[in-house]
Amino acid sequence: MNHDPFAWGRPRDEVYGAYNHAIASAGVKEASDIPTAHTQQPIITGTSVLGLKFKNGVAIAADNMGSYGSLLRFSNIERLIRVGKETIVGISGDISDLQHIERLLHQLETEEEIYDTDGGHNLRAPHVHEYLTRLLYNRRLKMDPLWNAVIVAGFNDDRTPFMRYVDLLGVAYGALALATGFGSHLAIPLLRKLVPYDLDFEKVTEEEAREAMLNSMRVLYYRDARAGDKFSLVVLTVEDGKVDLKFEKGVKVENQSWKFAEKIIGYGSKQL
Amino acid sequence: MFRNNYDNDSVTYSPTGRLFQVEYALEAIKQGSAAVGIASSSHVVLVALKRNVEELGSYQKKIIKVDDHMGIALAGLAPDARVLSNYLRKQAMNSKLVFNRPLPTSKAVLLIADKAQENTQLYGSRPYGVGLLVAGWDETGAHLYEFQPSGSVLEYFGTAIGARSQAARTYLERNLDSIRSCDQIEDLIVHGLSALRDTLSQDMELTIRNTTVSVVGKDKSFTVYDDEDVQQWLNKLDSTSNTRNNEDDDNDDNNAEGADTNETAAAEGEGEGAGEQPPADEDRMETD
Repeated sequence: MNHDPFAWGRPRDEVYGAYNHAIASAGVKEASDIPTAHTQQPIITGTSVLGLKFKNGVAIAADNMGSYGSLLRFSNIERLIRVGKETIVGISGDISDLQHIERLLHQLETEEEIYDTDGGHNLRAPHVHEYLTRLLYNRRLKMDPLWNAVIVAGFNDDRTPFMRYVDLLGVAYGALALATGFGSHLAIPLLRKLVPYDLDFEKVTEEEAREAMLNSMRVLYYRDARAGDKFSLVVLTVEDGKVDLKFEKGVKVENQSWKFAEKIIGYGSKQL
Repeated sequence: MFRNNYDNDSVTYSPTGRLFQVEYALEAIKQGSAAVGIASSSHVVLVALKRNVEELGSYQKKIIKVDDHMGIALAGLAPDARVLSNYLRKQAMNSKLVFNRPLPTSKAVLLIADKAQENTQLYGSRPYGVGLLVAGWDETGAHLYEFQPSGSVLEYFGTAIGARSQAARTYLERNLDSIRSCDQIEDLIVHGLSALRDTLSQDMELTIRNTTVSVVGKDKSFTVYDDEDVQQWLNKLDSTSNTRNNEDDDNDDNNAEGADTNETAAAEGEGEGAGEQPPADEDRMETD
């Protein structure tokens, strides 16, 4: 028997001669030089998720579109998942993987409740984020990633706003303004204009943050061919240690300006 | 003939609905030397009496650290305690790695309770022969739990397990109010040692060799004091030998409390007949 890991269990060529694959029309399956890769490609996808920290909270938004390539196939996908009392997980990328993560997070929530018999041990945003980081990095190591980019928003144990990113590679980082996909090209420059320095998020009011998010969602709808005009926006605020969570569903992109369009005619020389 | 047909394995109920193997496991705890746990609102103290098999031997470890915020004291089969504490350590590390959060004490005890319970309903397995006191400090404060091989866990302000532990519990009941209001670690440890001292048999006393002390709580990661480090705590006691025995030895230096302590001894005799005098030798196993 051949004990070479890449040809394990086969008869040895030098003893028995090369195997005749024609016998019983056995297929030829050559051993690969690299480990089996289960990597796929995203099928139904969700585009950008945006997040912004402000004075006493966090805002996070994602549209309700699920695209099948360039076909805007599903227009009612909720991509903001609530975990526990005060954590929102926004997911972009493959929708079936999103649904898998959603299931895991709800399982986690249930388990926490079962063991937390006397109350008081809350699963907070940093814990959920750490869990997702382990999950996504572990799947990447198996060459079978969950094809998503995720933003976790909520609060730290000391009630300060928390927001961190993690993606299919297991890469994780935090900032005052975060976005996935197209949002990182188009929305972050806009959100950053509000406050350039990370630690200055305390200078941003809830109203300013909300305004900036709505504005960014509009710009994304203008310029991202996979974006929808209907989205969900969650604003988390904390006051005197109590968290308030406002989950707005079905928000529409408003105040679009298209009036200028009728004045644009042709691609250069054409008049009228 | 058979004395009992219903105690051959842990999956057989007796006609009265008892699991004798589990009850025998509880007996193994009573054979072990005593361990005492007490909790104030901010700290938990575990103290335990270590045993040596013979004069030349070392004393068996009684307190095991699980994580910076958690530790256990054991009474019963030490190997079983190692299995359970290793499991707890694994779970504590997993909680840190996966959730970036210290394992909550309540969750920890329920995890080992589930593990112990499983052994009471599977054929071919045996219940754990060890009782644990689990001390922890987490976001809901200081916690002390008692774990039993039956799979039951209860939270306590103060409790004791092991041989003659009833005497320690009696002490704790009498001093509950001052224990709960302790805001100094020192005072809490002295209470723990006083309770442990009451479990001593005659002609024994607490020494730095046989006493082990640990504390965990607010701004204090789980710390075990052994050998020379215990001296500082023993120094704070008025006497290191059993208070009741002092009275027997020299009646004259102890008068006002005489009536009180007699009562203690009586109550103890009532509560724990078997634990006082371990059964005949052939039915004994090495416990700590």
